[in-house]
Amino acid sequence: MKRSVISITLTLAILAFVLPGCGPYADEGPDRDSLGGFHKAVLTDAPEVPPPTDYSTTQKVIVRLEIVEKIMRLADGVEYSFWTFGGKVPGKFIRIREGDYVEFFLDNHPDNKLPHNIDLHAVTGPGGGAEASMTAPGHTTQFTFKAINPGLFVYHCATAPVGMHIANGMYGLILVEPREGLPPVDKEFYIMQSEFYTKEGFGKPGLTSFDMQKALDENPDYVVFNGSVGANMGDKAMQVNVGETVRLYVGNIGPNLVSSFHVIGEIFDKVYVEGGTLINENVQSTAIPAGGSAIIEFKCEVPGTLTIVDHSVFRAFNKGALAQISVNGNENPEVFTGKQRDAVYLPEGSAVQSITPERESAEIPERSLDEHLKLGKVLYEGNCAACHQLSGQGLAGAFPPLANSDYLMAREDKGAGIILHGLSGKIVVNGVEYDGIMPQMMLSNDEIASVLTYIRNTWGNQGGLVTAEEVSAVRLGQ
Amino acid sequence: MRLQIGYFLILFAGGLLAFHAPPERSPQTPSGKAPEGMIRIPAGRYTPFYSVNNDANTKQDVAVKSFFLDDKPVTNAEFLTFVKANPQWARSRIPALFADSGYLKHWKGDLEIGNIQIENSPVSNISWFAANAYSKWKGLRLPTLQEWEYAANAAPTGENKSVKEIILAWYSQPSRKTLPVAGSVFRNEFGLYDMHGSVWEWVYDFNSIVMGGDSRSNSAVQRELFCASAAFGAADREDYASFMRFAFRGSLKARYTVSNLGFRCAKDL
Repeated sequence: MKRSVISITLTLAILAFVLPGCGPYADEGPDRDSLGGFHKAVLTDAPEVPPPTDYSTTQKVIVRLEIVEKIMRLADGVEYSFWTFGGKVPGKFIRIREGDYVEFFLDNHPDNKLPHNIDLHAVTGPGGGAEASMTAPGHTTQFTFKAINPGLFVYHCATAPVGMHIANGMYGLILVEPREGLPPVDKEFYIMQSEFYTKEGFGKPGLTSFDMQKALDENPDYVVFNGSVGANMGDKAMQVNVGETVRLYVGNIGPNLVSSFHVIGEIFDKVYVEGGTLINENVQSTAIPAGGSAIIEFKCEVPGTLTIVDHSVFRAFNKGALAQISVNGNENPEVFTGKQRDAVYLPEGSAVQSITPERESAEIPERSLDEHLKLGKVLYEGNCAACHQLSGQGLAGAFPPLANSDYLMAREDKGAGIILHGLSGKIVVNGVEYDGIMPQMMLSNDEIASVLTYIRNTWGNQGGLVTAEEVSAVRLGQ
Repeated sequence: MRLQIGYFLILFAGGLLAFHAPPERSPQTPSGKAPEGMIRIPAGRYTPFYSVNNDANTKQDVAVKSFFLDDKPVTNAEFLTFVKANPQWARSRIPALFADSGYLKHWKGDLEIGNIQIENSPVSNISWFAANAYSKWKGLRLPTLQEWEYAANAAPTGENKSVKEIILAWYSQPSRKTLPVAGSVFRNEFGLYDMHGSVWEWVYDFNSIVMGGDSRSNSAVQRELFCASAAFGAADREDYASFMRFAFRGSLKARYTVSNLGFRCAKDL
């Protein structure tokens, strides 16, 4: 009796000594893994990402995924029999914190035909949980793992035949945030690349299904982001504002191909290489292996549409590996001006700078008016019409008219100087101001005489003959 | 280890079931003539998907003796007569030891199917114990895994498709609301209907070849049992259709019920 009293007292004393160290916020030192509570994980469908973990203690996180076999859209007019984690492809995004205990439930819907399981690359243990989660249709399995390593990991079904379960849509991402969390950003998105091997081939309308031979040949019909062609294109593009920082959680499940992940018009400020701790900076394209990932960060400086591609580029433009981020806001000309000039480039014509400024011809006898008109028409159509138009009307606001042009008709040189030397800066033609650039044309005196004669005697113009001698005089500055 | 447990379960169940469902009748037939609704499957050899030889390097054909097999899976209506005669197998009375909570969940009541459309469709949502009890009550037995695989390997008649194509087409379609009427999918060269493309089927020793839950691992011990490895032991690594059937069996326990899992009966000559 007396002995047990002493024992209880002693126990209480020890408890009193130890307990303060086991408080809910004891995150440092040997007690940092003591359980601070539990919660149900927020799960999201692509391209959404669950909010950052807002807790600083180790938690028990309950994750529940339901496996559903169902027909969904693969491309416009094309349907496919998908096998899914959570009813969509890719599967739900799972977000936990380093050190968390994950109580994982896998439900295999009773209407499913096949057993399934899950291999989470974030799991340290046999098969990544595959053996422990083997689930017959209409059943639920459960296992628990501790998230020891931080990083971005893929998960997938690993039931035989593994390749087919993956090829049919059974994959997703699980993010294990480091204890200290990730630096805050304005927007986060979930992007998963995968391939589909279909009996009917790319774009063939109707219901299609897995083609084993194409999978063995590693020759996919579709390479897509987020489970279907155009899943995040057009009005389903990811939305960002100018000035915002963006973090992409990118996974590639394959099942066969390595991704050359690239965003057209952006440079990745940071890449968490292969979804791990190593950070690379100022990257244009990053390789993501099948069964691997990358975390990518950049700032959207200017408005526009950023197109995400697999830069193994036939996959992008011929097999569907495209997605878009729409950046909304005001232009920032210091970073990017937009198009400042669009001039005609005629490498085989004459709109190039000459190294020898004068290309004088041998003596050509002066032509008649008819000859000049005939030759001038040909030269005009080859050298001038692209801007000034065949009708000589020009293009409003860009290229001044030549027909009934008060400016041209008033010039003493009859226009020869413009063709010989080019023209830039403000001019007023028929009361309208133009501020463009016309390049110097590489034409001989004779040719210029023909073009000018043609221009000055067509479309109602009445300007008479221009001779090569007159042009020569202008060229020589007389 | 799993193998031993499997045998233990079978022996254990066998003992109990003799009590639970005494035979209704014992079909007596002249030697060699198949009972009504059954097909005489000739003796033969076939290459199992998983080698049963101890030496995994020598993939050997397996000899299968002649036996009788139901030409169609057992239907809901047929199973109802069994439950009526053996009410201890009714949904509300079956012990949890013999079936999980999904047992006959698609029926309206204990002794009522409640959906005329499925009366002649294969019965599903039945446990191995229930399928085994039904077979004994009929004076029959469940086919062995080898018998079933041998019988199911026969080519389809009157179709251009191979067995594999029929299976893969079935896998690639989500489950239908109601199972097709038994005998409506396809017939094979033995004269058996719907060996694939309708329901999975229980076999007597469904857990004698275990595909591990993780299909990629390999165990040095009992290779052909856990060969799940998807590489070792498989006669044809590209036979995805068979992989899935063995994976499915590997996910089962004898008390499990599944919406796409039925059975048919066999009998010795």
